[in-house]
Amino acid sequence: MAVSPEKPRKSRKTAEVMDRDELLKAYSSMLLIRRFEEKAGQLYGMGLIAGFCHLYIGQEAVVVGMQHCIGEGDEVITSYRDHGHMLACDMDPKGVMAELTGRSGGYSRGKGGSMHMFSKEKGFFGGHGIVGAQVSLGAGLAFSNWYRENDRVSLTYFGEGAANQGQVYESFNLANLMKLPAVFIIENNRYAMGTSVERASASRDLSLNGVPWGMPSLSVDGMDVLAVKEAGMEAVAHCRAGKGPFLLEMKTYRYRGHSMSDPAKYRTREEVQRMRAEHDCLDSAKAKLVALGVSEAELKKIDDEVKLRVQEAADFAQASPEPDPSELYTDVLVEG
Amino acid sequence: MSEMSMIQAIHSALDVMLGRDPNVLIFGEDVGYFGGVFRATEGLQAKHGPTRCFDTPLSEGGIVATAIGMGAYGLRPVVEIQFADYILPAYDQLVSEAARLRYRSGGEFWAPITVRAPYGGGIFGGQTHSASPEALFTHVAGLKTVIPATPYDAKGLLISAIEDDDPVIFLEPKRIYNGPFDGRHDQPARPWTGQEGSEVPEDYYKVALGSAAIRRQGRAVSVLAYGTMVHVALRAAEESGIDAEVIDLRSLVPLDIDTITASVNKTGRCVIVHEATRYSGFGAELSALVQERCFYRLEAPITRVTGWDTPYPHAFEWDYFPGPQRVAEGLRRALEA
Ligand SMILES: Cc1ncc(C[n+]2csc(CCOP(=O)(O)OP(=O)(O)O)c2C)c(N)n1
Ligand SMILES: [Mg+2]
Repeated sequence: MAVSPEKPRKSRKTAEVMDRDELLKAYSSMLLIRRFEEKAGQLYGMGLIAGFCHLYIGQEAVVVGMQHCIGEGDEVITSYRDHGHMLACDMDPKGVMAELTGRSGGYSRGKGGSMHMFSKEKGFFGGHGIVGAQVSLGAGLAFSNWYRENDRVSLTYFGEGAANQGQVYESFNLANLMKLPAVFIIENNRYAMGTSVERASASRDLSLNGVPWGMPSLSVDGMDVLAVKEAGMEAVAHCRAGKGPFLLEMKTYRYRGHSMSDPAKYRTREEVQRMRAEHDCLDSAKAKLVALGVSEAELKKIDDEVKLRVQEAADFAQASPEPDPSELYTDVLVEG
Repeated sequence: MSEMSMIQAIHSALDVMLGRDPNVLIFGEDVGYFGGVFRATEGLQAKHGPTRCFDTPLSEGGIVATAIGMGAYGLRPVVEIQFADYILPAYDQLVSEAARLRYRSGGEFWAPITVRAPYGGGIFGGQTHSASPEALFTHVAGLKTVIPATPYDAKGLLISAIEDDDPVIFLEPKRIYNGPFDGRHDQPARPWTGQEGSEVPEDYYKVALGSAAIRRQGRAVSVLAYGTMVHVALRAAEESGIDAEVIDLRSLVPLDIDTITASVNKTGRCVIVHEATRYSGFGAELSALVQERCFYRLEAPITRVTGWDTPYPHAFEWDYFPGPQRVAEGLRRALEA
């Protein structure tokens, strides 16, 4: 029987997707990510974080909106731009920051770094530096849930640049062939390092990239946490109903460079300014909260709490001891 | 002649070859409009046009496979894999297609491609930006593997690689793109300016594949190194005061075994240095070759100084990286035995 792919639709936004309390919680999560990333950028500038570090600033609504669609036991996997995903999964900011500084208190005990952290407890399966690889791993996570009939879903995030890797489509095919409970989420921030999506993709509408495999999809305003949640709920419900995978294209934007060293020669300052000024996820969430009657004092309290948590994380990440060199040889193969 | 850093010399080689040969095409992730993450192709698209130097989608397997097909009727693709760590998605294409095409077509077709990839550690790159995968390629019949250690060699070897009719894996030690890093991370970085090998002709010239260079004459022990480790070995010789002969292999396949043999027969001792993990590393091959040829002249077991047999860690950069101290210990071990 031939599959007839659903036509991709733009998602609608409604304020009913989240009530006041939930939106407050989402706002607080997004703010935590924003402030955490700003702090990471500072520590990097001070030489306390070395190597590669990719900030998520600008894209917070995507991961936070999606996290509001899943629950305990569901899984998340993403690329190297992963700090936001970990915080959204409720991983401890201290452990994340200490991994950035390469300390023993980090999630991978200093051996993984910014791009490579995991938490079984929080359902977070990395943090992967090889672009595109996580998409097929995500299909594997979904397979495991399908096989065990445990009603869980996995969220697999990847960039629009990663969407050009062949294995992505191998996984789309497998996932819909076997009706795996996988939500594939393209975080289309328009750039893969220094190359814009127009220069690298013949597909002009990435939400259509699942069509040949019969995968339903939505194109979503990824700068709006409500729009993200609304689309995410539909995708997750589709998976839980046993109907197979779902593709979401999140239209989003990163404000900072690709990583900490980025000559920023591939886009204009005005473009970045315009996105920040007109589409910022925190600004719009804040405006909605104010309209819902949330007071300045309440918002200030969230601000203070977030600041404190981030400062504690930064302190911990500097106080935590360096790993012992003997640690170099552990976790290579099964021990004992 | 002008003074160039290694990255400028590589840029110059690409520029010269685009100008000389209309069959040369340069492509890869971010190499066209953006000019490459290490700036190896900066301005080349503007100068030579977007059909000669262009961006590809993020797809290493596709990049290499397309290059192989392009080469069948005479084009000479030069592709960039952004970091050597990302060459693995293209490994199947390199091993199963590029390396064997000549053999399985009875010499009718071949793959005159060059695959450039920045490699190696010392940059806090952790496990996905520090790899030294040379042994994965030297192990494959039908591939050539080349690694420069100076700007002059980088340009001359790259031009040879591009003009070579076989697939060449051209590994660029990214830690020495901008200066001859000798492992002394506690001292200020030196630029290439004024250093040996930084005077580079602006025009076309070649350094032949398969010829090693003796970087330091010595009588006590022969050191076999390539890439960044050449500079580390020179430093180790200087700091330890050991009269080491430092050989820069420059190309691993083809290998200049004659220069190596002559040196070890003279010194009677041999230390092999590489950043890559030790087990089944290229040092194991070198060690076997040396003992086959120099067994009766060897006065000590061959010593290897290498990376540890673990994935490249995030936190232990200078414990992992085989710096001058570790190399000097290796030299002493070879002398004391
Ligand atoms: C297999 C592989 N190829 C290349 C790279 C180098 N690289 C890292 S991120 C990146 C761009 C990815 O862009 P995108 O998927 O859009 O994600 P974003 O950085 O925008 O979040 C590239 C080329 C890599 N890490 N892995
Ligand atoms: Mg992107």
